[in-house]
Amino acid sequence: MFRRLSDGKARSVSFTFDGVPTMAREGDSVAAALLAAGHCSTRRTAVSGAARGPYCLMGVCFECLVKIDGRPNRQACMTTVVEGMRVETQDGAAMPGQEE
Amino acid sequence: MIRDIRSAADLAPAYDLVVVGAGPAGLSAAIEASTHGLAVLLADENEAPGGQIYRSVERASDADLARMGPDYAAGRMLIGRFRRADLSYARRATVWNVGPADEETGDGAHALEVGISLGGIARPIAAHRVILATGALERPLPFPGWTMPGVMAAGAAQILMKSSGLVPSGRTILAGTGPLLYLLASQLLRAGVSVTAVVDTTPVGNWRLALPHLLSFATSPYALKGLRLLFEVHRRTRVIRGVTALEAVGSGKFGALRVHRGIKSMHIEGDLLLLHQGIAPNLNLTLAAGCDYGWDERLAAFRPAVDGRGASSVAGVSIAGDAAGIVGAVASAHQGELAGLTAARDLNRLDQGAYERRRNQLAQKLARALKGRTFIENRFRPGKSFRVPGDDGTIVCRCEEITAGKLREVAALGVPGPNQMKAFTRCGMGPCQGRLCGLTAVELLAQCRGVAPGEVGYYRLRPPIKPVTLYELAALPHTEAAIVAVAGFVERAADGAQDAKHGSQQ
Repeated sequence: MFRRLSDGKARSVSFTFDGVPTMAREGDSVAAALLAAGHCSTRRTAVSGAARGPYCLMGVCFECLVKIDGRPNRQACMTTVVEGMRVETQDGAAMPGQEE
Repeated sequence: MIRDIRSAADLAPAYDLVVVGAGPAGLSAAIEASTHGLAVLLADENEAPGGQIYRSVERASDADLARMGPDYAAGRMLIGRFRRADLSYARRATVWNVGPADEETGDGAHALEVGISLGGIARPIAAHRVILATGALERPLPFPGWTMPGVMAAGAAQILMKSSGLVPSGRTILAGTGPLLYLLASQLLRAGVSVTAVVDTTPVGNWRLALPHLLSFATSPYALKGLRLLFEVHRRTRVIRGVTALEAVGSGKFGALRVHRGIKSMHIEGDLLLLHQGIAPNLNLTLAAGCDYGWDERLAAFRPAVDGRGASSVAGVSIAGDAAGIVGAVASAHQGELAGLTAARDLNRLDQGAYERRRNQLAQKLARALKGRTFIENRFRPGKSFRVPGDDGTIVCRCEEITAGKLREVAALGVPGPNQMKAFTRCGMGPCQGRLCGLTAVELLAQCRGVAPGEVGYYRLRPPIKPVTLYELAALPHTEAAIVAVAGFVERAADGAQDAKHGSQQ
């Protein structure tokens, strides 16, 4: 769905998405890293369960909400990927009580 | 050199001036105020300064700069000046409240209080002056299917390109109206992206409104840039005009765009759909701060009321750049500079004569930078049928999945404004706090009631304007009276110190 322009020299960072090891480029937001890895659907809505994915990438639309390291409702576009980060699809209304 | 504020503990309890937003307006305001000796804090949500327009420009390679064009590269100079300025900079910081200082917890000297959250810790910061430079948002373009994965805002594609060097790998369709649509098309084409079509929804009748302003546009720097862009995009991809309605289809993700042109329709297959129909002032913080606002018919959006120097209706709070009305990067920088200068004057850091000389110079620069914009605004004003979805099944509120049909049903009950409509339907009550549905919901209600959107008004926005955890709010400093009001008692340690208060200051 997205590809890297070849002129980037940044180092790579590894994280997991729904348990699957995934590579990102240092400095990527979680949303950018997921899109680069081919995931355009990153949550299911609380109301109908419809699939949604990153939309605005500037912290406005809250469509890219994911679980990060066990914490739900994180804006993937406003969070920078770090080595070993655990990212999961947010299924419906993830409650803060689900924090691990 | 700027001081990087990395944690909430590094924040001073008070600043002369707090600037919110690190785009052209915010950076210019902060630089200007700091040169006059004000203690300035600039708080911004992003990883690096630049706002949306100059996003990641410090990290950009020569190839990136060539692809994005000179208007992007220009941000390097401004950010360079910012880096050398004597001020404090809090990146990744969320400002969720601006208001009058609390009578009990305030220091009595500073009139304003700013709620900032940084690294999971919230702090109230006192300030004499606040400049809001929160920029603009992309206007929603709601039609059936616009919520499915694979449909994104055009600005999102630009952000991916600027900050991560990512470009669409499949067949890409752009739809909507406005200069940014063509700018993005040309940037994508230069990056070798397969742009299948640009579906232009600009109403044909716009020319009639724009023509009287043609001369001013033709003699502005926008003219040549605009013509070059149009020529480049037309030469390299298909541009479809005369569009009356859009529909995105696909199973689970975007697969094709149905383009209706009157009674005819066409089906364009693609992998990614990018939408844009102009930008509108980002109102959430200015309205939550209590600033007066009104409807701007030409902009087809609400904007806060400001005077010639950017002062809002709230004492001590100014608004600069696109947050006060869409003016573009260059004019935003001038407005920011003027707001920063005015803050310095208000706090007696320069004499009236020197202030007026600078103010007049800036006013002239601003007028030059704004030349040609009236034409652009009229020429690319999005059509009503693309602002208010005619199809009842179209989702207006993406968070709560409220359709246009549901809103029409409730409007028919006689609800007077969007706040009542919100109470009936939850439209605007989700995490985005109305940012993606506000304009659509208001215009739809106004249309149903047969009145102007200004009469209907906007959502009543309240702090926190971005989600803040209960933990952060609970850990804010509280007065003894407030603790007693909630808990009924204050725990005191053996030495007489208040446990609750002590705990809150850790």
